[in-house]
This record gives sequence, structure tokens and C-alpha cells, in this order.
Amino acid sequence: MNWDWQVFCRNTIDGEVMPRCFGNGGEITYLDWLISAWGWTLSVALLSLIVALLFGSIMGILRTTPSRGLVLLGNAWTELFRNIPLLVQIFLWYHVVPSLIPPLREVPSFLLVVMGLGLFTSARISEQVRAGIMSLPRGQRMAGLAIGFTLPQTYRYVLLPMAFRIVIPPLTSESMNIIKNSAVAFAVSISELTMFALQAQEETARGIEIYLAVTGLYFISAFSINRIMHAVENRMQVPGMIGGSK
Amino acid sequence: MKKTLTLGLTIVTALALSQPVLADTLAKIKSSGAVTMGVRESSGGLSFVLGDSKFAGFHVELCDRVLSDIRKQLDLTRMETRYQPVTSQNRIPLMQNGTIDIECGSTTNNAARQKDVSFANTTYVEEVRIAVKANSGINSIADLKNRSVATTTGTTSVQHIRKHERSAGVDFKEVYGKDHADSFLLLESGRADAFVMDGQILAGNIAKSKNPADFKIVGEVLSVEPIAIMLRKDDPAFKKAVDDSLGAMMKSGEIAKIYDKYFIQPIPPANKPIGLPASEATKAAWASPNDKPMEDYTKK
Repeated sequence: MNWDWQVFCRNTIDGEVMPRCFGNGGEITYLDWLISAWGWTLSVALLSLIVALLFGSIMGILRTTPSRGLVLLGNAWTELFRNIPLLVQIFLWYHVVPSLIPPLREVPSFLLVVMGLGLFTSARISEQVRAGIMSLPRGQRMAGLAIGFTLPQTYRYVLLPMAFRIVIPPLTSESMNIIKNSAVAFAVSISELTMFALQAQEETARGIEIYLAVTGLYFISAFSINRIMHAVENRMQVPGMIGGSK
Repeated sequence: MKKTLTLGLTIVTALALSQPVLADTLAKIKSSGAVTMGVRESSGGLSFVLGDSKFAGFHVELCDRVLSDIRKQLDLTRMETRYQPVTSQNRIPLMQNGTIDIECGSTTNNAARQKDVSFANTTYVEEVRIAVKANSGINSIADLKNRSVATTTGTTSVQHIRKHERSAGVDFKEVYGKDHADSFLLLESGRADAFVMDGQILAGNIAKSKNPADFKIVGEVLSVEPIAIMLRKDDPAFKKAVDDSLGAMMKSGEIAKIYDKYFIQPIPPANKPIGLPASEATKAAWASPNDKPMEDYTKK
């Protein structure tokens, strides 16, 4: 096996090795492209994560309220988005929905994939948030209401602070998953890491080096999320609660 | 844990160091009475799967005939042909390690690949073209200014349009389909104004579309690529046997009939014709057999 790590210093037009490994004057090297692809992966993943946390939390909370209508809405949302394969959802957003609603055709595919991935993940987060709230003793909710809090206040000051602390570990997994799931964006023409790998290995015939580099970047990205969430978990610890007695 | 790691490293090293097998394919076929043909599952009319591990296509049929000539040459009464589906990623390693003996798919003969493998004489010349909607008013690459152009991820066409974009000073937006059908859907649904790809793939997709008259192939040829049957490197006896057999078909005109069968007549699975007559470049390759790499075509 001969390694050829210089492949990253080649420019993408004629394959010449560039002196400083970075292109100039509009020419780009595979290294430039790799870095931009990493940027796309992180952008898709982080924006989707925001969408997922927002909708997932709202839907998870709705599913624990006393109102039957809101519970139904939350359940329907969760089941809709978690029972359809992710790639199929992305294609629905990209090909099917715009043909039914023509104005959506103008929406950039980047936003479509952020919504698609975000809503898919929101179903999973909704399930985790619900599990967190349900794991609290019933007396907590009753006590909150008994001392005169309204229902929203009970959630805000009593239930959610405990529930979110409990579900930080599964949320960590979900946040790491979203980095890896962002690979589906290649299917709708986002120039992210997986697409870079597919395209660059064909152009350069150095598939092993390209895939190793891409694997490394995925690992670094997901592991960074893991460390950040770990720091959040430590910072949020409350003595006497789960994991807080260390 | 440490033991597993050492074992893993040993296996990786062993794989990495495994040498290409000795190249004497004729002797291998004679002693084993079998030959393994690398085929593609979906390479337009060149090589495609019929289901039930049966394969057909222009290159597959050429190879079947070549192998039958080789069987006669080796004086074997029986010779088994095994079909091994390959992809563009694994075809060269599988050829080098001896898993396949002859690859009959859609491999471009270029200088970089000639370092690793050898090619029979060119049997098909692919031209990269532009497909557009018939009513789009686009007639050449210059008309693509500020339009969006679709192509398929993991193909060399992406590189060609990038080069043309640079040299012609035409600025356009690239969109990528994950496979050819997806790229064609981008054109069909109006997300892209043009689809740049190998001529036979464009022709095949147009033929299969709901309304073929809505599309046309226009403009200059963006790139010319000789497609050839791939062989192991440094095996002159086998290459000569293959080239002789192909040469006889080129001389007798038999190759044109086989071409007609896959590119003009209806083919499975849709039973629709690709409808792409042999190009001048393809006919030239048949008239004077050669194994020149792609780089020699672009120099002209």
C-alpha cells in the first residue's frame, strides 16, 4: 500500500500539486474543498440540532400536558417523523413537497435539508423529553400546582429543570447522531463531507486517503459534541439529583 | 484489548502487503477451467444486470465471444464463466488481486489507470454531452451562463464541467444528483436547466422518460473518453488473445451488429431502445484498433 497524502494538495481543475497546499486566485485544492465540506457538514448539523431541540422540546412537553388535544398533536408529530426513513423524508422535502406547493421550489436545498433532518431528529428528542418528564414523581407536578403555580409555571420552575438534567445523556447521543446523519445532505446536492468523499475519490483515485480524512473529521466533530455536552452536564449538576452527588 | 489490537494491526498489515498475483491469466484459465468476468450492474447499454445474476450488454457480449475464442485457443472442452459484479471503486483492486480476470463494464482507459492495469483495444468511445429540455433555448455551453447544471456525484463529468466553466469563463451553478436517475429528475422537475453526462446515459434516460420528445441532447462534446475492456497489467499473452478476438469482430463488422443490438434495438428491463448510433469516434476506434488512453484523445 503506497500512501499519497499529497493528493490533498492537488488542485481540482488539472490535478497539479500546489506549492502551499492551498489554492489561490479562484483555484482550489482538495484540501480547500475538504475544509469547506466540513463547514457544510457542521452547518447542516448544528442548524438541524437547533431546529430539533426547539421542536423536540415543545412536542415532548405537549405530550405530557393534561390536554388531550395537545397530547394527540405531540404524539402525531412524533410518530409521523420517526416512522419514515430519514432519506425518504429528505426526498419528500426536496422532490415531492415542492411539486405540490410550487413556491417551495425557490427555497434553497440547504434549508430544506436542515428542516428535514431537524424535524426527523425532533421526533426522537420529543420522545426523550417526554421520558424525562414522565420519570419525575407525580407529586412534583401536583406540588407545583398546589402552591399556586399555573401549569406553564409548574413546567418552567419545577418539572423542566429536573427533566432536562435527566435527559442530557440521551440528548448527547442524539446530538452526535445528527452530525453523522447530516451525511444524507449529499443526496440533495449539499457539498458536505460525504459528497466530497464520493466525488474526490473518483477524481483522484486515492479513495483510501480521502475516506480516512473524512472519517477523521466526522470523528472529531462528533467527539467534540460529546465533550461539550459532557461539560454542560457537569456544569448543570445539582447535588442530590441523578449524577449530581459526585 | 491489546491482543485484539495487535491482531487487528497484523491483519491490516497483511492485507496492505498482499502482492498482486502473478499475471499469467491464460495459464490460470487453463489450469482451473474457469474464468471470472467483472461486470457492472447498471452501466447503460455497456453492461447491465438482467436479474437472477445474469448480465448482458455490449461489453458483456463482446467478452463472452472473446472468452469463447480463448477457450478454443486453449483447447479446453469446458470452461466455466463466472460473473462478478464490480463497482467503480473496487474494480481495479479486484483485478490486481486476481478476483476478476477480465472486466467488461464501462472503464475509461486513462494514463493514471494504466499504471495499475492494462486495457484491451478500445471498443467504445464515450462523449460527454449536455441534455436539456427541448423548449429551453439552450444550444451550447455558452447558453448555460447563470443557469443550474446537474451532474451525478462520483463521476468524472463533474471535473469536465468545472474545467469548461473555467476555460470558457461561463459561470453556472452546479447541482449534484446522487445517481443518474436522480440527476435526470433534477432536469425533469426544473431544478436544473441542463444535465451533463456520458452520451449513452443521457440517451438512455431520455428514452425511459415519460415524454422523450421533451428533451434533447445539444451542444459541443465536452470530453471524449475511450472505454475499454480492462485486463491485468503485464500479461501480454492474454492481452494479445483478447485483442485478436476483438480485432476479428471489428474487421468482420460483427461488432457493429452487437452494438446495434444494445444501443439501437430495445433492451431490458424497460424494453426501450437507448437510440444512440455509433459515434464517428467509436467507428474510428473500430477501423484502426488501438489502446490509446484518454489523454491522447484530448491532445488533438
